[in-house]
Formats: sequence, structure tokens, C-alpha cells
Amino acid sequence: MELVNPGIGLIVWMTLAFLAILYILGKYAWKPILKALKERESTIHEALNSAEKAKEEMLKLKFSNEELLQEAKNERDAILATARKIKESIIEESKQKASEEANRIIVAAKESIQNEKMNAMTDLKNQLADLSLDVAKKILKRELSDPKKQEEYAKELIKDVKFN
Amino acid sequence: MIRSRFASLFLVFVLLGSFACLTQVHAGTLVQEGSTLKPADSAAVSEMKEQPGGEKFNPGEMIMEHVVDNHEWHIATIGHFDLCIPLPVLLICNGQIHAFWSAKFHNETHSYLGFTLSKEGANKGKIVTIQEEMTGKGPKVYDFSITKTVLAIFISSFFLILIFVSVANRYRKEPNQAPHGLQNMLEPLILFIRDDVAKSSIGEKRYEKYLPYLLTIFFFIFFNNILGIVPIFPGGANVTGNIAVTGVMAFFTLVITTVSGNRHYWIDIINTPGVPWWLKIPIPLMPIVEIIGIITKPFVLMVRLFANMTAGHIIILGFISIIFIFGQISAALGIGVGIPTLLFMIFMDLLELLVAFIQAYVFTLLSALYFGLATVEPHHSS
Repeated sequence: MELVNPGIGLIVWMTLAFLAILYILGKYAWKPILKALKERESTIHEALNSAEKAKEEMLKLKFSNEELLQEAKNERDAILATARKIKESIIEESKQKASEEANRIIVAAKESIQNEKMNAMTDLKNQLADLSLDVAKKILKRELSDPKKQEEYAKELIKDVKFN
Repeated sequence: MIRSRFASLFLVFVLLGSFACLTQVHAGTLVQEGSTLKPADSAAVSEMKEQPGGEKFNPGEMIMEHVVDNHEWHIATIGHFDLCIPLPVLLICNGQIHAFWSAKFHNETHSYLGFTLSKEGANKGKIVTIQEEMTGKGPKVYDFSITKTVLAIFISSFFLILIFVSVANRYRKEPNQAPHGLQNMLEPLILFIRDDVAKSSIGEKRYEKYLPYLLTIFFFIFFNNILGIVPIFPGGANVTGNIAVTGVMAFFTLVITTVSGNRHYWIDIINTPGVPWWLKIPIPLMPIVEIIGIITKPFVLMVRLFANMTAGHIIILGFISIIFIFGQISAALGIGVGIPTLLFMIFMDLLELLVAFIQAYVFTLLSALYFGLATVEPHHSS
């Protein structure tokens, strides 16, 4: 057979055989293979995507965790600050109160001292009056035993008495 | 990813290459009709010399016998016994169907039922009536025989279906699993055709429709190319180096291109953009060129594959012939020339493996490009 002079038989058989394998491979080989390849690719794609998403979410979670931590820290700082303020104000207040109390006590003490002093003075005065009276009595008793002197004293007293 | 895909392709080549080389080298001594099955070249040559009638070795005839189609599958000649597979002959002549085995021609007259294999002229090797062979005129014989090439097509088609259906079953049974075995070997090729040929030439939107055809022609050509390099049965038939085979595939490409051609495609053919108006009016030069181009594109596909594969076979057979040509002069010369020739043959076989892939790739890629051209959407900007 010549190289470039093909027989009709070969053309017919080739066409039939080619159509047959085109159909059989198309239906039973390429279709499932290509479908499986596509599915696998999409599965891999999805898996990668979800991994990426998970990563992002993790990042977000980490971020929000940090935020939360920061907030907690801030809150703690704020609480500490107010506590310090409150402590200071309490100390201040108690100091003030203490000094007020002390002042009050001092004043009261001074007052009572004054009172005591006054009482003591009054007592002293009374005792002094009693003592003077006793002395006067004793003196008078001795002086009045002498009638001359009695008269003298009476005169003196009358002299002192002034008539208003 | 592409690098690893090419790496695995390369590995496939190397494996197939080493296999093909081994068989080629081993069989190098038995491809020639009239040689022996003995491995030593000198023995083959000396036996050939002793043959009755002193038959002179004719390399041209031997090579042509191997690259063209045949009505029987000749494997070897051992002494005077031809080891060959007889093939069924189916003829339609004068409205009558004749069916018999090609072995019937092995008789004194080399004819059967009034038919004979033409020895000379334009019909050389074809089955003609004795009347036509003698006088040059006679009833037309329509030959639908299962020839060597037809049988090789059937065998390779059977293997292709077996391989790919089993691979498809693997995909079906184990979806979303890593490929392994045969599946792992073929997946890079399938992905290569899908992504680097179909998707890039036709476009993301429409490639899926053409993918089964592209995959089929790629693997059909590739498988038959590889099988053609293997010299022992069922390989060795020059399927893709037969113009009828490549012609049928090119015709399919032509039909698909023409059928799927959209409005834009036909407008571009009739009113080719980007050329001066005087090439279109008054003489429609460009439209004529474009219309011829519809035919020449697949024609070139047909000739390229045919010529490449046939040339490869001829070169390898030519190297084999060198051994016998020198062997006829002297046995020692045959051995001396045989060793470097073997090295050349190994080199050519490896080159043919590369060509086997490249030609399958080129045929598929160009088909995909034609489909892409036929279906491309017009640019809205212009």
C-alpha cells in the first residue's frame, strides 16, 4: 500500500474506532475523571479557604482577647486609682476628725479645768471666809473681854457705818 | 506545581524510553524479513547470504513494508518460515462481499478468488482483481479488510479504554484521595491537557465542552506513538504514521471547528480585520485565503503527524538497514558498523519518545487553538 494513498477501509475502520473510543472514554472515563478532579480541587480550595478563615478568626480572637485584657487592666487601674483616692480621702477625713476631736477634747478639758479652778477658788474662798470668821471670832472673843476695848470697837464700827 | 508536573512527565518518558530501547535493541535483529531470530548480527547476515536465489537486501523496500499498512501482521521470518498473524480480508466487489483470511494469498499464484495483492504501480500492496493486475482495467474492489493498522487501532483502543475506565473507577471509588499507581501517572497528563492546553487555548468558559475530544485525541495519538516505537507485537504498527488515521482525526477537528464556529468567526473569515481594504475589494483575496485556511489548518495537522511519525520509523529502520547493507559486504564489517549503529538507534528511539509526546501535544494544542478561534467572543472595546 502506498504511503499517501490510503484505502477506504482504513478510513472507515478508523472513523468507527475513533467514534467508539470517543464515546466510551467520554462517557466512562473523562466524565468521572474530570468531575472527580474538579470536586477534589474545590474540596482542597474550600479546605484552604476555611483554614484561612480559621486563621483569621484566631487572629480576631487573639485580638479581642488582648482587647479584653487591656480593658481589664484599665479597669483594674481605674479601680486602684479610685481606691487610692478613697483611701486618701478617708485618711484626710479621719485626720480632720481626729484633730477636731482633739480640739474639742482640749476645749472641754480647758473648760473643766476652768470649772475646777473656779470650784477650787470658791472652796478656797469659803474656807478662807470660815477661817477668817474663826479668826475674827477668836479675836473678837479676846478683844471683847475687855469692856474698854469693846466700847472702842463699837465706836469704830459705828464710825464705819454710814447712814445712807 | 507545573514544574513537578513536568518532572513526573519526564520520569514517565525515561521509564518508557528505557523499556522501548531494550525491546528495540533486542528485536533489532529480527525485524528484517529474511533475517533470523538469532541475536548475533553476523549470524543473520550470513544466513541471508546463503538464502536460495541470492536475494539481494533492498533497504527501501524493507522500510516501506514496515511503515505502510499490510494485510497481514508480519513478525519475523525464521529460516523459510514466515511468522505472521493472518488478518481477515473483507472485500466488496461487484456488489458481492468476500471474506477470507489473508493467509489464503500464500500460494503458488499469490491470488485467491480472483483477487491478488498488486505488486506494481499505484495500487502496490492493495488488493485488486487479477484482471486489473494483468490488463490495468477491471471492477473496483472496495477493501474493508482488518489490516495491520486497523488491528493495531483496535488493540490500542481496547487498551486505552481499559486503562482509562479503570482509572476512572479509581476516581469514583476514592474521591478526594491522593492519586496513586496508574492514576498518579496519568493525572499529570490529564491536568496538563486540561489546564495548559484546553483552558489556555479555548478559555475558562467554554473549554469543558471540548475537553473529552482533546483528551481522547491526545491519549490516542500518544499511546499509538509509543506503541509504534515498541517493535514487538502488538506494537510496531505505524498507526499514527498512516495518513488515513491522521486524516480522520484532522477531519474531526475540522468538523468540530466548523460546527462550533460562532458569528464572529465567520465574519472574521469573510471580512478579515486588520488588513487593507484593497485586499478584500474588488478581488476578495483575503476571504479566499481565509476560506482555504479552513481546510489547510486540519490538512497541516494531518500531514505533520503523519510525516513526523513516518520519518521517525524510517530513520530507525534506516539505521537497522545499515547493519545489513554492510553485513552483506562482510560479516566483520556488519558487526563493526552494527555497534555504533545500535548507539544511534538508541539515541533515535529516545528522540522518537520525545517526538511521540510532542506530536500528540502539538496535534491537541492546535486543535484546541482552532476551537478557541472558532468560539472566541468579539472584543467589545473595538
